[in-house]
Amino acid sequence: MATALNRKDFVSDQEVRWCPGCGDYAILAQVQKTMPEFGIEPHKVVFISGIGCSSRFPYYMNTYGFHTIHGRAPAIATGLKVTRPDLDVWVVTGDGDGLSIGGNHLIHVLRRNVDLKILLFNNKIYGLTKGQYSPTSEVGKVTKSTPAGSVDFPFNPITVALGTHATFVARAIDVEQKHLGEMLKRAHQHRGASFLEILQNCNIFNDGAFNDVSDKGIKAEHQLVLEHGKPLIFGKNRDKGIRMNGMRPEVVVLGTNGASEKDLVVHDESNLSLAFMLGNFEPPMPTPVGVFYAVSRPTYDAAMNQQLEESQAKQGAGSLAKLMLKGDTWSVS
Amino acid sequence: MAVPPEAAAQTAGSQGQAGSAGAEKPHLKRDRVVIRFAGDSGDGMQLTGMQFTAESALAGNDIATLPDFPAEIRAPAGTLAGVSGFQLNFSSNEIFTAGDEPNVLVAMNPAALMANLEDIPPNAVVIVDREAFTDANLKRAGYNSNPLTDHSLDKFQVIQVDVTKLTTLATHGMGLNNRAVFRCRNMFVLGMLSWLYQRPTQSTIQYLETRFKKTPDVLEANLRTFKAGFNYGETTEMFASSYEVPAAKIKPGLYRNITGNTATALGFVAAAVKAGRPLFLGSYPITPASDVLHELSGLKNFPIYTFQAEDEIAGVSSAIGAAFGGAIGITTTSGPGMNLKEEAIGLAVKVELPLVVTDIQRAGPSTGMPTKPEQADLLMAMYGRHGESPIPIIAACTPADCFECAYEAVRIAIKYMTPVILMTDGQLANGAEPWLLPDIEQLPPIKVEFRTDPNGFLPYSRDDETLARPWAIPGTPGLEHRLGGITGENLTGNISYSPANHELMIRIRARKVAGIAQEIPPTQVFGDPDGGDLVVLGWGSTFGPIREAVKQVREKGRKVSHIHLRYLNPLPKDLAERLRKFKQVMVAEMNMGQLLKMIRADYLIDAFGFNKIQGRPFKVSELVTRIQRALEG
Repeated sequence: MATALNRKDFVSDQEVRWCPGCGDYAILAQVQKTMPEFGIEPHKVVFISGIGCSSRFPYYMNTYGFHTIHGRAPAIATGLKVTRPDLDVWVVTGDGDGLSIGGNHLIHVLRRNVDLKILLFNNKIYGLTKGQYSPTSEVGKVTKSTPAGSVDFPFNPITVALGTHATFVARAIDVEQKHLGEMLKRAHQHRGASFLEILQNCNIFNDGAFNDVSDKGIKAEHQLVLEHGKPLIFGKNRDKGIRMNGMRPEVVVLGTNGASEKDLVVHDESNLSLAFMLGNFEPPMPTPVGVFYAVSRPTYDAAMNQQLEESQAKQGAGSLAKLMLKGDTWSVS
Repeated sequence: MAVPPEAAAQTAGSQGQAGSAGAEKPHLKRDRVVIRFAGDSGDGMQLTGMQFTAESALAGNDIATLPDFPAEIRAPAGTLAGVSGFQLNFSSNEIFTAGDEPNVLVAMNPAALMANLEDIPPNAVVIVDREAFTDANLKRAGYNSNPLTDHSLDKFQVIQVDVTKLTTLATHGMGLNNRAVFRCRNMFVLGMLSWLYQRPTQSTIQYLETRFKKTPDVLEANLRTFKAGFNYGETTEMFASSYEVPAAKIKPGLYRNITGNTATALGFVAAAVKAGRPLFLGSYPITPASDVLHELSGLKNFPIYTFQAEDEIAGVSSAIGAAFGGAIGITTTSGPGMNLKEEAIGLAVKVELPLVVTDIQRAGPSTGMPTKPEQADLLMAMYGRHGESPIPIIAACTPADCFECAYEAVRIAIKYMTPVILMTDGQLANGAEPWLLPDIEQLPPIKVEFRTDPNGFLPYSRDDETLARPWAIPGTPGLEHRLGGITGENLTGNISYSPANHELMIRIRARKVAGIAQEIPPTQVFGDPDGGDLVVLGWGSTFGPIREAVKQVREKGRKVSHIHLRYLNPLPKDLAERLRKFKQVMVAEMNMGQLLKMIRADYLIDAFGFNKIQGRPFKVSELVTRIQRALEG
């Protein structure tokens, strides 16, 4: 590349219009900061979104962008990526957009392994429609549409993604800027559908939903940072870990009851069973962040283009004249 | 008139047919024959009909077909619900329909007879498989007594053939089980009728050889049965003569037999080739549209991408994504899928990307009758979206016309940067006719110009003439921009809630679509261009019956004309003026009067409707009767 890119190259001229204090600002800032490190020029990058607060994202990126319709961004991105494998295509969605109205498209794009980078901003609430519960809201959630508390059992974005055998599944937190940047890089490096859930605070309708994992004072005790090949250790003093008790994971304090580091589970990004187990962690277990699962599998777009190339190599470029003559013909004079 | 060599051999007699014996029978000339094949949905009647059609096309006849099959893959055998039919009209003259009523009915069992009896005129030939008229089959079909013996068929010429027994004999010694033998019965019938109407058999033999290449014993059984049927016709006393329907005097050129869905697919391919862009079809399987997906999915080397999406919404959305990237984005569907796509189509209207949405209509509402045709999606195509979102609409009128209409839809979509709705229906989709192959060089150009110059680039600047915005595709340096469904400011496309701007954008898009009328050819009037007593206005697949009916009434000296619409939105500029020249305007449609509403609302013309909503095409006779009644006031 002729000249190094910087953050400004990815900042559009549009005024950013999220509520003051919204977690989306932090995510936008980190994406704009990380993007130049990929060495891809803005004109080769496309952001596609659906509907919701998160889906305003493309307007703020000085790349190509498409703010589409509710839940359908994965399908639109698929059509683009398949026909334009040269482009770096990102999908920005939210818990309502991606898991509710667009749930169908999300699971199918993941199972097909289309080479898309999918950022799902999860704030466990509907922001843009002003505060109804979302498919990730906890049972009992009191909102405008559930004054007596929601009776809906929530989706877990990580295990939904793992259930499709998505090839890259990770979680980050809006305010954990450094870690978020690393996750964006990992997601981008991955060939195939990268699914990155970003826990994001909606300070208007669901403030503090992720306080236990994002609050400086307590987060270390509740956050389990996943690192491939390393034991599952957490805690402010790195004195807690995850050990298997038969088939069940348990939290142990290192140095007590004979627990030592060698007893701990070692994270393996290629182990789907382990990823599911970690994906199902909920309090009082720590909340895992990082890469749950990453494996390599042929991408849909590459496979489709390969079929086209092989077909051209085998049959030659399509001839319209020949095609028209297919079947029985006869001439009348 | 050049007859294909194999056809020439046939019309000269029956030389070359294996095993033929006995004195040659006379050929009687007929100028047109309508045959309906009917049997259980597992009896292979569609295949028999298609093959007979192929033979007739090769014989140089003009042809029109009407397949009519149940939505169930295999309804219970022998029941009325399971009857599958295929009607073919072949003629030495130009024809427009598959015929009102068959001259010949082939009924493979009592249910097939029962289901079709009301359509059969007196003196028609009814060929039945005698052995299928068992007590059990008669009961299943609802017969109290055997029609073959109770004289209820006396007004027809009934020909009883032991098809099953003869098929068994033909395949004797091959060691086939009963089921395999039974599956060859349709070939016996095809062979018999091929002799009766002196059809060239080579195409059927070739077809069987290709189809059963990998199962030589099945091939052998089919060939034997087919030839046995042919020879049976020639040698038995059952038929005193065969019939000859000489080749039609049709426009010179190279022909092939084509169904509407194949023609639609080829039209898209031709457009993509002419535009020099890859084609992307995003589609979800639905009857009767799926064959377009099947056709295109085998043409990867063009290059054509086919994406079998997870649902209808993903089908259209993926096509929009492909169009954003510079491919020719197409989606195909039928009524129930069409309305699922409407939100996404609205997005394509707003962001002004080219897209072709193909609605191969069927009878509705809801699941309706999936295998039967109707024209009741017109108002959905016109007004089925939220907000003000006009879209050009093009409708094909015959199976072969689907080619031109598909091509034209792509051309308009690209030229005007707009989604276009292409409408056909189940009858066109599965019906077949001879297609005069067009000269590819003569097809109108499809010019694709991607914007590349960043100087002064605005995503919503417009071409002065067409009002199209530039197609600026991702990957182009300096043109980075954002599209979206939220109302955008004129020229920049930046989000804008300005009331005046919103109205301006809506009016600009409406003007753009209305402006397409500038290039729509003047209205063609079949009959009296300067006016007369009555004009029948139609669109879509009703073309054939209307044209035939108007022709018949005109032959009686009446001042009746026909106007057929290919462009439904915008309507041709001169249409109102043309219609006003007639004392009466009748709008004939397979719906409750949707085009009628548009004509009355747009032009304040006091037109009246002739409507049929039965999942069946108009009969020529129905139209003739209605026209005559109108003329008599």
